[in-house]
Amino acid sequence: MSLAGTPLSPQRRRFLQDTARVAGGCVVAGSLLAYLARSARALPAEALRPPGALPEEAFLTACIRCGLCVRDCPYDTLKLAELGAGSGATGTPYFTARDVPCEMCDDIPCVAACPTGALDPGLDKIDDAKMGVAVLVDQENCLNYLGLRCDVCYRVCPVIDEAITLEPSHNTRSGHHAIFAPTVHADRCTGCGMCEKSCVLPEAAIKVLPARLARGSSATHYRKGWEEKAAKGGPLVEDVIDLPDRLPGPGTDNLAAPGGYEPGYNLPGLGQ
Amino acid sequence: MSARAHIPVALEAVEAKGWIGAHRFLLLRRASQLFFLLLFLLGPWFGIWIVEGTLAGSRTLGVLPLTDPFILSQSLIAGHWPELTALIGGLIVLVSYALIGGRVYCSWVCPINPVTDAANWLHRRLDLPKGWQPKRGTRLWILATVLIVSGLTGVIAWEVINPITMLHRGLIFGMGFVWAMIAAIFVFDLFVARHGWCGHLCPVGAFYGLIGAKSLLRVSAANRVACDDCMDCYAVCPENQVISPALKGKPGTTPLILSPDCTNCGRCIDVCAVDVFHFTHRFDDHVVTPSDPATAPEPRTARLI
Repeated sequence: MSLAGTPLSPQRRRFLQDTARVAGGCVVAGSLLAYLARSARALPAEALRPPGALPEEAFLTACIRCGLCVRDCPYDTLKLAELGAGSGATGTPYFTARDVPCEMCDDIPCVAACPTGALDPGLDKIDDAKMGVAVLVDQENCLNYLGLRCDVCYRVCPVIDEAITLEPSHNTRSGHHAIFAPTVHADRCTGCGMCEKSCVLPEAAIKVLPARLARGSSATHYRKGWEEKAAKGGPLVEDVIDLPDRLPGPGTDNLAAPGGYEPGYNLPGLGQ
Repeated sequence: MSARAHIPVALEAVEAKGWIGAHRFLLLRRASQLFFLLLFLLGPWFGIWIVEGTLAGSRTLGVLPLTDPFILSQSLIAGHWPELTALIGGLIVLVSYALIGGRVYCSWVCPINPVTDAANWLHRRLDLPKGWQPKRGTRLWILATVLIVSGLTGVIAWEVINPITMLHRGLIFGMGFVWAMIAAIFVFDLFVARHGWCGHLCPVGAFYGLIGAKSLLRVSAANRVACDDCMDCYAVCPENQVISPALKGKPGTTPLILSPDCTNCGRCIDVCAVDVFHFTHRFDDHVVTPSDPATAPEPRTARLI
């Protein structure tokens, strides 16, 4: 079978040519398909995945786009992304909080319907869902931040007083009122979108965003001095002279509120 | 072009068996395609929930899960081990098509088939050249490519462009721009390549072909002695490379069409005026032997106009 000895047959040449052609075509087609598949991962910020959805990359590995979660959603919250509609990978389920938010059913029928586990069946309490995180994106237009008592986002929140709290602060504009700032606590927020849906403004001042956009992250090497101190039960560095802290209050030079006021909370280190 | 003899396909079969008889399996096939589509559409259109979901995955009467095994394979290769429901559903589909012929899916269920059939009908009416004809094995290469891309990207790759599930989902949940993709396939099959999509490229068909490679249900050219070489079966068959081994096989060879490419559409049975073909199982290699030489058919040329 030495190459030099036997004349190369036309069949063999033809076979090699055909194989090379098909293989080349497959590489081109495959690259194109890979490009499309990768770009399908881009999920618009306003498109939220159903409760229990795996992280986006794993979700696109698992979701067969059958639509059974959509069928079992009793509130018609879920939709399937249409081709070219800019709502994520074609045929995958999503919802838009401002249109129809997630009603957070106790039995989570969408997760129960999913045949593949793209919606994680390990999610047994809907309060543990992480569809996104609500963010008060526009403090300048939020009625509560203007000093009014709208409170709608706070009141509609299914996890009221845990996912959204009203944090009182002094209204410096009027000088003698309070501002009740709606404040989202990301670890309790499920991203259901009730707050965004109910915001009374023409364009919601509070919006549910995917966690990747909504949240920062603390650097792993950061230590909070007051936590470390409490854990140790004493000063972290021995023999450091602790100077008296200057706090706002009567008799101080607090310029923001001359005369001062007693804060309703304990500042760290107060009373030392 | 004009020198070619144009005898309408199935003319003799219509004369011999009547129009219905010569279109029996075509009519049954259209009915079947409509039936499966309607099963899915009854829910969203009329609120009668028999089947929920799409061809990718469905639930019948609230209990029976069915999953497309090709999509499931891509998911597995991409790195996700599905829940039991999907696996059971995939297994049911796999076993069913392994028995009745994998590509029965193509000709009796797939919603793209009426589109490419319509394109082919017009293609024949306009007497267009067959155009680009890549090797029939190309779809197997595309199948392999799709599986590799799924593995590399971690995305169920073919679902990014799969026109079958897109059209099906489009009809059930909302079309978006799917119509453009369907139009593209129609035009491709009409002008660029005869039987181009289903017959040469579609990896779903290739996958189902592999599933049903050893299927029980087969077409047999048992009565091949009666063949008068009218070529009508070759003209209607979307995979006409499968016919010759059975029809033109030497005495002693099997009359069964055993190629996994055969879609069991039954059009060859329809258009044959002398009933060469019939549906049977893969172990029935019975061949009709010419008992009476007087009944041997006239040579084909005698009937050419």
